Amino acid sequence: MSFLNFLISGISLGSIYAIIALGYTMVYGIAKMLNFAHGDVIMVGAYICFYAVFSFELPPIVGILMAIAVCTVLGIVIEKLAYKPLRSAPSLAVLITAIGVSYFLQNAAQLLWTSSPKVFPRFFNFGGQASVSFFGGQLSVSWTTIITIITCIIIMLALTWFTGKTKRGKAMRACSEDKGAAQLMGINVDATISMTFAIGSGLAAIAGVLLCSAYPTLVPTTGSMPGIKAFTAAVFGGIGSIPGALLGGLLLGIIEIMAKAYISTQLSDAIVFAVLIIVLLVKPAGLLGKRVNEKV
Amino acid sequence: MKKKIIAMLLCVAMLLCVTACGGESSSSDDASDSSSSTEDSGTSSGEGGDTAAAFKIGGTGPLTGSTSIYGIAAQNGAQIAVDEINALGGIQFELRYEDDTNDPEKAVNAYNAVKDWGMQISLGSVTSKPGEATSILNYEDRIFALTPSASSVATVEGKDNVFQMCFTDPNQGMASAQYIAEQDMATKIAIIWKNDDVYSKGIHDTFVEEANERGLEIVSDTTFADGNATDFSVQLADAQSNGADLIFLPMYYEPASLILTQANAMGYTPKFFGVDGMDGILTMPGFDASLAEGVMLLTPFNADADDEKTQAFVEKYEELYGETPNQFAADAYDCIYAIYQALEAAECTPDMSNEELCDALIEQFTTMTFEGLTGDGEGITWDEDGLVSKNPKGMVIEDGVYVGLD
Repeated sequence: MSFLNFLISGISLGSIYAIIALGYTMVYGIAKMLNFAHGDVIMVGAYICFYAVFSFELPPIVGILMAIAVCTVLGIVIEKLAYKPLRSAPSLAVLITAIGVSYFLQNAAQLLWTSSPKVFPRFFNFGGQASVSFFGGQLSVSWTTIITIITCIIIMLALTWFTGKTKRGKAMRACSEDKGAAQLMGINVDATISMTFAIGSGLAAIAGVLLCSAYPTLVPTTGSMPGIKAFTAAVFGGIGSIPGALLGGLLLGIIEIMAKAYISTQLSDAIVFAVLIIVLLVKPAGLLGKRVNEKV
Repeated sequence: MKKKIIAMLLCVAMLLCVTACGGESSSSDDASDSSSSTEDSGTSSGEGGDTAAAFKIGGTGPLTGSTSIYGIAAQNGAQIAVDEINALGGIQFELRYEDDTNDPEKAVNAYNAVKDWGMQISLGSVTSKPGEATSILNYEDRIFALTPSASSVATVEGKDNVFQMCFTDPNQGMASAQYIAEQDMATKIAIIWKNDDVYSKGIHDTFVEEANERGLEIVSDTTFADGNATDFSVQLADAQSNGADLIFLPMYYEPASLILTQANAMGYTPKFFGVDGMDGILTMPGFDASLAEGVMLLTPFNADADDEKTQAFVEKYEELYGETPNQFAADAYDCIYAIYQALEAAECTPDMSNEELCDALIEQFTTMTFEGLTGDGEGITWDEDGLVSKNPKGMVIEDGVYVGLD
């Protein structure tokens, strides 16, 4: 039974990584850039929701919607101010800018909301219970975990449908393949990339709320470490691949918890990254990533 | 052209940010300056124009960042003591704190900033990692340091002019194990500690040693680090399955709050025993204090103590800063008074160089006995290594406030 308990802990941690990784992978898949500020947009979303619910006593759903709205706008503004001027710059310059934006957001949050930790309220209680029990209480799964996984799957399906079937989604894929050719075909590349960031940041807000519901301490650096782990998860699953992000996130969470439980709490991170290295050696594009042959 | 404009705008935005940050700290400096200067003028008129220069005391601490609760508390506590002493006339102090965000590199910059300002006596750093970095500079520059709360041994080791007001980490580990054994609290103990933090490791190591000597059984010994400080289900499950009836938490309050929350969600209710880093958990916005019900900790300071000094300090602190002072505030307050006592005894004057002050203070600190808010009635003494000797107090959280265990 303890194995099942650890598995559930792993899934709940992994589902958090997965939902963050979805945002990473989507922006990477379309704009071909690593948005290292993603983790910090998550933090901003969590703060907005915290203040809406804790200070203004709005219902949680309003808080979540506000967080999504603010993060979407923030994503567009960041893209317009920081990334758009570098559209034709080498990708290294964009990467450094993203790290800069990440620090900027962290420090701005520190000024705005101070650094003393906040404790995020518990949203997901149904019938007064924070979790559901099975087998007479030997196994318990928290509602936050269940909701996170359901949200992950919904987002994954919606994104797959959106990029595969809709006109705007097709425009996005066209931009990701070849910006120049897409422009010649009459696609507004700038607007499409802005939209990608808007969606990615909106997802970040949802991830922020779920992250802080599961692990309720909120500080200006809350997003950075899960952000890096989620980035790892996205690479693990195959960066750019939407189902890959979900799979990578879940696996990363499960490996981390299992390594802690059965090998060593001291070495768990080392083991996680060792697994990542092995996977990348065997499958350089990640688990579900497609190897794209560059035509010369 | 458009790009240039945007680049310009970005530069302006960055500059604004920088000045905004700077503006805030300078405004707080202004506030403290003006408060001390008003008192200066008040005393000078009272004393008949004795405008002796002030001793410049500097320190670094996390005024922002995840451990800012300690830095701000220490700054506030020290400021209260400085204001009280300045109001007495006689020796005058000027206090300046710089932010180190609990980062050793920033601490060095912060230290240099206060040194350039003209610091003659130092309050070291508030937390251990930065404390180890700045104490080396204190030693090299021959600036006497008395840190309120940087508790690692490496902070004072091999430096004759760096002293501690708090217990050292090994001391805390040992005292905790002794306390648990003497009060017969538990026989099976689990420890969860942070293995990338000198503070946590220092306490853990001596705790284990002492616990073994006293026949306490450590059934579970698990760790976490900065990178995985969110999920503690495995560590808690390990403690639970090994039948631990007490979990020892040598860590700061932020991960501790997550551990308490997750243990509660698991329905696991052992006793929890913390150290001084646990102090602050009750003042986290949004924290459900019922989770911390029954959590015990050893701390040198009890805000509920009924002696006159403590009550006056608590009252003043609550009036000025709107919250109950923790032990960091009390330690910093004691630091200023200990320095005051030593300066008076050695008849130092503010025009002395930092080397002269350093020698005079070392001599005083290794011989004097100080009575402050922290420790018990037996007074506080220091040995030649700068280690403090005082007795800790056991506290337990009941109904959201600290209550003395004895």
